[in-house]
Amino acid sequence: MHPITTMHYLALSAALLLIGTIGVLTRRNIVIILMSIELILNAVNINLVAFSHAFKDVSGQIFAIFVITDAVAEAAVGLGILIALFRNKETVLADEIDLLKW
Amino acid sequence: MNFLDQIWLIPLFPLLGAALMLLLGKRLDPQPASDVAVAPGVEPVHDDHGHGDAHGHAHGHGHAHAHGNDHAHGHAHSPLKVLINFLCPGMILLSFLLSAAAVWQLSQKPERMHQVIQFTWIAGLPFHMANGHLATFQMDWGFLLDPLSSVMILVVTGVGFLIHVYSTGYMAHDGGYYRFFGYLNLFVFFMLMLVLANNYTLLFVGWEGVGLCSYLLIGFYIHKKSATDAGIKAFVVNRVGDAGFVLGMLLMLSVLGTVRFTDVNSILHSGRFGVESGGFGVLSLIALLMFFGATGKSAQVPLYVWLPDAMEGPTPVSALIHAATMVTAGVYMVARSAALFQLAPKASMIVAIIGAFTAILAASIALVQNDIKRVLAYSTVSQLGYMFLAAGVGAYWVAIFHLFTHAFFKALLFLCSGSVIHALGGEQDMRRMGALKDKIPVTHWTMWVGSIAIAGIPGFAGFFSKDEILWQAYSSPLGSTALYVVGLATAAMTAFYMWRLMNMTFYGKSHVAPEVAAHIHESPASMTVPLSLLAVGSVLAGWLGTPKLWNLPEAFRAFEAWLAPAFESPLIKAGGETGQNASMEWTLMLTSVVVALIGIYVARVLYHQKPELSDRMETSFQRIHTVLYNKWYVDEAYNYVFVNGMCKGGGEALGAFDRNVVDGGVNGAGWLTRFSAKVSMWWDTWIVDGAVRFTAFFVKILSYPVCLLQTGRVQAYAFFVLAGALVMFGYYVVR
Repeated sequence: MHPITTMHYLALSAALLLIGTIGVLTRRNIVIILMSIELILNAVNINLVAFSHAFKDVSGQIFAIFVITDAVAEAAVGLGILIALFRNKETVLADEIDLLKW
Repeated sequence: MNFLDQIWLIPLFPLLGAALMLLLGKRLDPQPASDVAVAPGVEPVHDDHGHGDAHGHAHGHGHAHAHGNDHAHGHAHSPLKVLINFLCPGMILLSFLLSAAAVWQLSQKPERMHQVIQFTWIAGLPFHMANGHLATFQMDWGFLLDPLSSVMILVVTGVGFLIHVYSTGYMAHDGGYYRFFGYLNLFVFFMLMLVLANNYTLLFVGWEGVGLCSYLLIGFYIHKKSATDAGIKAFVVNRVGDAGFVLGMLLMLSVLGTVRFTDVNSILHSGRFGVESGGFGVLSLIALLMFFGATGKSAQVPLYVWLPDAMEGPTPVSALIHAATMVTAGVYMVARSAALFQLAPKASMIVAIIGAFTAILAASIALVQNDIKRVLAYSTVSQLGYMFLAAGVGAYWVAIFHLFTHAFFKALLFLCSGSVIHALGGEQDMRRMGALKDKIPVTHWTMWVGSIAIAGIPGFAGFFSKDEILWQAYSSPLGSTALYVVGLATAAMTAFYMWRLMNMTFYGKSHVAPEVAAHIHESPASMTVPLSLLAVGSVLAGWLGTPKLWNLPEAFRAFEAWLAPAFESPLIKAGGETGQNASMEWTLMLTSVVVALIGIYVARVLYHQKPELSDRMETSFQRIHTVLYNKWYVDEAYNYVFVNGMCKGGGEALGAFDRNVVDGGVNGAGWLTRFSAKVSMWWDTWIVDGAVRFTAFFVKILSYPVCLLQTGRVQAYAFFVLAGALVMFGYYVVR
């Protein structure tokens, strides 16, 4: 059984980042996009925690908690905006909301 | 006392009188209103107001008489008037006495010429003469007393004095008394300056001065439009002539380099300039320009039209200025320039022709005029024509002689007519006179003498001078039979119109309006005494120049001998007398007398014995009569050509100038501004705006592909951000 090294964490983090990024760029539903953003943020958290563990420094973990807090706030605001948008446009598909163009 | 050196005193006295009157007169006048009008309640102005006024005047006059108010001693005795009565004629008398003394001393001098230069007026102006030589122009305030000017000053002051005395009676009831006498004195001053000047420029000062006084005195009745109009007409017509005089003077300065009489004469006598017998040279041009000036002042064709209108002034003015003295200034000037005219025979011939033409033209007009003063005015023009005829044929002394005799009898005639008008309370129309012979006997007899004198009956002044003119016109080298015949015809007309005047005025049936007739009265002594003295002069003056044929003692031919030094020239033979046969002269003399008698007889038949005959003639020669009565329509022609032609045509020309040139300039400037504005606008629109728009367009074109990137889809932007990040990341990795 191989021990779980920092590299594993980083690989997981990179995979989560990739999945999240692809989700943000390709999915049409804004709820899914928000979820993908959560994936990207958690990829960052894993990175922070992994390096915190590797360097025996808790500031990484503290930072991760900040990121989680931030993600919560962001999700709350994002969903609020989404609901207001849905009330106006009756859609949650990102590619149909394209008013801001020349 | 040496009067010759003190001749500057002669013009000084009249100037003093004029200065006193004109500067202080208004302040001294107890009735300020009297300057412009007669105060209410007094006798009306007994003067040359129009016929329309005549009855009203006569009426007022009647009242004055009904109250036993003696005409001569009315209310004319304000202290100022008494002062003026002594002061102004006194000044002229002083001048006359000084003149007489100076002339007496002159006659004692061998060279008979005395020049006094008081001071230099304009000194040493260098200029280039026509021949390129440098000369200096010097103008003196100097006086020249020679035989010619001595005759003139005696006439001016002598006749002038008598007319001043007459005026004290004639103008006694007129307003503006001091003004009138101030002008009269001023006139005498300028006239004396004119004749005493020792150079042409100073002569011109007097020349303009008398023109000014003439204007002031013609328009003396400032509330009468026709009088002020006549004054303006006289002034303007004179200015036309003066332009010629000035040009002649400048040309003389340019050619001869001097305008002093003695220098001019010595240059012209020196032989530097030959006689221009062939044609017209520069001297002829000078002579003609000066003569043109003389036609203005001396009322010759073409500028005579002002003189008849000048009769709007008070009658003494007509006598003094427009008959006896001022109008002779032109004759005097031509005589003064004798040396010049002697060298320009062709120009002299023109002078003679103009003179003869004027004489007969004016006489023909005088034949039918009904205004007593107008007849005399045209008679004056005619007599002046005689003088120029004489001067033109080279007989300068005869011209001056006629001037001398004419001054007496024409002043006399005018003053008599004034007396008649005075007696009739302002009536001037001869058709409303008649049978005045016994009512105003002194006036009648003196006027009779004057008429005889001007008609040319032997023994009276006019005969001698007129006969001499006719003889010179016939016999002198420049004369001709044609000139003689014209002169003779004029003489016949003169006799006729004078006797027509006498018959209509003094003889025959009375046509005087009854209310005027009731108080016809002889004029006061202040008027009749000058008349009598002038009448004596009209008889005696001629005896100074009796014909040589009569073989009287030298004293009876003194005039020619006295004037001879002024006109003799070493280059010219004194013409006329040599080689002419005596029987011819006798014949011509007799002819002129017979012609004069015929004129008198015809006038007597037509206007005294058979007055109905003259009416019949008037109707049967209707057309000629109308033309003559309307003065050959010369005034109308001048009006048409000059007044209308110049004013209206000139006005139109100026209007066209305004429209085309001035307005054209403005419009052109406007058009140009508009045009440049349009150019500017085009530039703004297409170049400035174009550049701006092109820039905008260019940027717009450039921006188009960039615009395509902005899809409005958030995911697309995210993709670009990712792509950009990957590119940067890739760049750092690959590097």
